[in-house]
Amino acid sequence: MFNFFKPKKSAANAKERLQLVLIHDRTDLTPAELDALKDDLLDVISKHVDIQPDEVRIGLERDGRSQRLVADIPLRSMSRRRGG
Amino acid sequence: MGAQVLTITSGKGGVGKTTAVANLAVALAADGARVACIDGDIGLRNLDVVMGLENRIVYDVVDVIEGRCRLRQAMIRDKRLPELYLIPAAQTRDKSAVTPSDMIRLCNELRAEVDWVIIDSPAGIERGFKNSIAAADRVLVLTNPEVSAVRDADRVIGILEAEEKGTPALIINRLNPVMVKQHDMLSADDVLDLLAIKLIGIVPEDEGVIVGSNRGNPVALEPKSRAGQAFRNIAKRLKGENVPFMDLDAGTSLWSRLMGRK
Repeated sequence: MFNFFKPKKSAANAKERLQLVLIHDRTDLTPAELDALKDDLLDVISKHVDIQPDEVRIGLERDGRSQRLVADIPLRSMSRRRGG
Repeated sequence: MGAQVLTITSGKGGVGKTTAVANLAVALAADGARVACIDGDIGLRNLDVVMGLENRIVYDVVDVIEGRCRLRQAMIRDKRLPELYLIPAAQTRDKSAVTPSDMIRLCNELRAEVDWVIIDSPAGIERGFKNSIAAADRVLVLTNPEVSAVRDADRVIGILEAEEKGTPALIINRLNPVMVKQHDMLSADDVLDLLAIKLIGIVPEDEGVIVGSNRGNPVALEPKSRAGQAFRNIAKRLKGENVPFMDLDAGTSLWSRLMGRK
């Protein structure tokens, strides 16, 4: 009863956990497989351009009932390459 | 005009499919429609007891499919509503007794006899589920606001889309408004956001549902039951009527409403 002012938020917990689980269920990709995919993707891209590996963001996003693989891969600029 | 074949499924067991089938059937039949329900759970017959018709069974769905009786003989007439029928599941252990094409043939025959065919799918995604969706014109996926039920519902929705059954509509069953207010239960909005399909009804948790099934009297026949009202509303939406969603807070006490508010 004294939890009145401090409600537990187990519903938020349930929702966050489900969001992650459903993405992996729907794509049939485990988190480990997704990591392997990211590594392969970066290897291929690195063959053609210089990237900034620390700033790469690749992940699955939900859009209604469909999923998309969203990649944000910053490239190293030419001037910096020359300078460095 | 032939009947509409409607299948109710969920993935997870124990979320209330059989209760929902009994209640939607009763609600549609009480409104004057001719309705036949089929218990699709071969080996685990249940819809008969929930409807209170267990003492009237002579033939079952496998008897019709294997030609031991005519369709009409296996259609058990409800004791309350003259145009409501049940085709019970067989209690045989052989689940392969029925195939998807058997179900399509059976439903096609039923289309001429009634306005609605409602199929109670077994839990899971195996043979019984495949049989239950084979003839469906529309599928309703039923879930509870609970992690395992929502996850299984998502899986089933994915399978229905892959089998080109179209996107099903969702029933959220056993929602407890007090727990939702306390943020200890997924809200209907949360579930809809996760599953991303169209909502056709929210049924509040209601002790009367168990009392009703104890007696074999679906709550949709009880004018004052909140769950019964929710099922009657879904029945109207199935017929294409535009019925607003119930105010689920109205049923909770002032004290619990204050408790939940922050």
